[in-house]
Amino acid sequence: MNTMTFEEILNRLRATRAWRSIFRRGPARTNRTRSLAIFGNVFLHLLPVKVREQSLRVRATYYLGTISFFMFVVLTLTGILLMFYYHPAVPQAYLDMKDLRFVVSNGVFLRNLHRVAAHVMVIAVFWHMFHVFYRGGYRPPHEFNWAVGVMLLLLTLLLSYTGYLLPWDQLAFWAITVGTNILSAAPFFGSQLRYLLLGGNLVGENALLRFYVLHCVILPLVAALLIGVHFWRIRKDGGLTLREDYERDKK
Amino acid sequence: MSETKNSFEAGVGSNALKTPERVVFITSKTSAQVKERADRQLMSYPQLILREVIAFEVLTIVLVIVALAWDAPLEQLANPLLTPNPAKAPWYFLGLQELLHYFPPLVAGIVIPTLVVVALVVIPYFNVNIKGEPLWAAYRSRRFLIFIVSVGLLLVFLGLYRAWTVLVPTVAIAGLTIVSFFQLKRPYRLISFLQTRPLSWWVMTWFIAVSLTLTVVGTFFRGPGWSWVWPWR
Repeated sequence: MNTMTFEEILNRLRATRAWRSIFRRGPARTNRTRSLAIFGNVFLHLLPVKVREQSLRVRATYYLGTISFFMFVVLTLTGILLMFYYHPAVPQAYLDMKDLRFVVSNGVFLRNLHRVAAHVMVIAVFWHMFHVFYRGGYRPPHEFNWAVGVMLLLLTLLLSYTGYLLPWDQLAFWAITVGTNILSAAPFFGSQLRYLLLGGNLVGENALLRFYVLHCVILPLVAALLIGVHFWRIRKDGGLTLREDYERDKK
Repeated sequence: MSETKNSFEAGVGSNALKTPERVVFITSKTSAQVKERADRQLMSYPQLILREVIAFEVLTIVLVIVALAWDAPLEQLANPLLTPNPAKAPWYFLGLQELLHYFPPLVAGIVIPTLVVVALVVIPYFNVNIKGEPLWAAYRSRRFLIFIVSVGLLLVFLGLYRAWTVLVPTVAIAGLTIVSFFQLKRPYRLISFLQTRPLSWWVMTWFIAVSLTLTVVGTFFRGPGWSWVWPWR
């Protein structure tokens, strides 16, 4: 029997027409093909082709931005799975939560994963921002990317907050009631703003539907867009700011 | 600065501190790029990608373990007629809710959060103290006076509103700032570190200290009617 090593299988695969049509480069053994691997890929081209050795150290970033982004990915994946078992209606939303616990296979685990990732994302995004501040990473030419980061922080909070209502239990209902009551304190059009967000004067069926659409469609799309801009601007602004840069610039 | 022929030509020998390093000398034929640095560069593929994949795997494992051990809460069906006491917002808004306890809703719920967001966005657009000079490096007595007066006024204001959970971290950070003002002969390492910190560092640290205190108090130390409770009782 003819046995092939993994390497041979891979090489044979790489030689196929389909593979070559997709990747258009040979194995990444030279710096040229390694560069092609980055800028020849629509997603990876957001990243720089080369990175400074120091910026790869754990202590340079603690991977906080990476963690935030990965949480977003995990939340998207688990969120899509959760959407299969969820109806944004009163009281069906709550019954779906019960089903997740008692009927759906691994439903509890799925919901736990989504919730843990959400908490980690909020913490990671905050920590990321403070860390960037202390490293002087907001300074020119990173001003705009810092502003994009602040917007991403707000989006993270809004994503988490809109998701908070979806289980439609006491915890969810009153947290949103307390939070949106603050909105009516806004000058001139406070109560109108609250009405717009809730689709009514009280947290009810319309509010659930609005929060659902915001949580599952609008906010994730905007966040994904801004994450793309955020990554791309790191490259365009000349890479990460390291503590060494900051300390040296001071002298 | 030498005379420039067109707007794309920068002066020669400009000070890297006055015009920070990112400023590029753009000649007519090259594109803008950041000044090259001496340290080693690695290829993103595979060096960066590999690290990210490993980070993702480790994170996934940790998440799975936590998700297996820690169940998401689910209370009774939402009931608009049954208000829990206290009704709490999600944990990251409990700092704001704690502020609402002291200040009118317009101030605590709208003005302060808006100001915080605006302040965060505009931080990099003020090239004040780009060198990051320590707060007490120059004009020592004048700055000290301004500091004492402004912090004093702030503390009086907080005291009038009885906003103790804002006041305490403010006093703590202001105390550290004052400690770092005095030049000791043999300062501790923490103090000599604090002595090198610029004003922006102090402001941000104060902001984090206050936010953290408010959030922790709002989460663990507030019970019925937003009264003070001890979480272990």
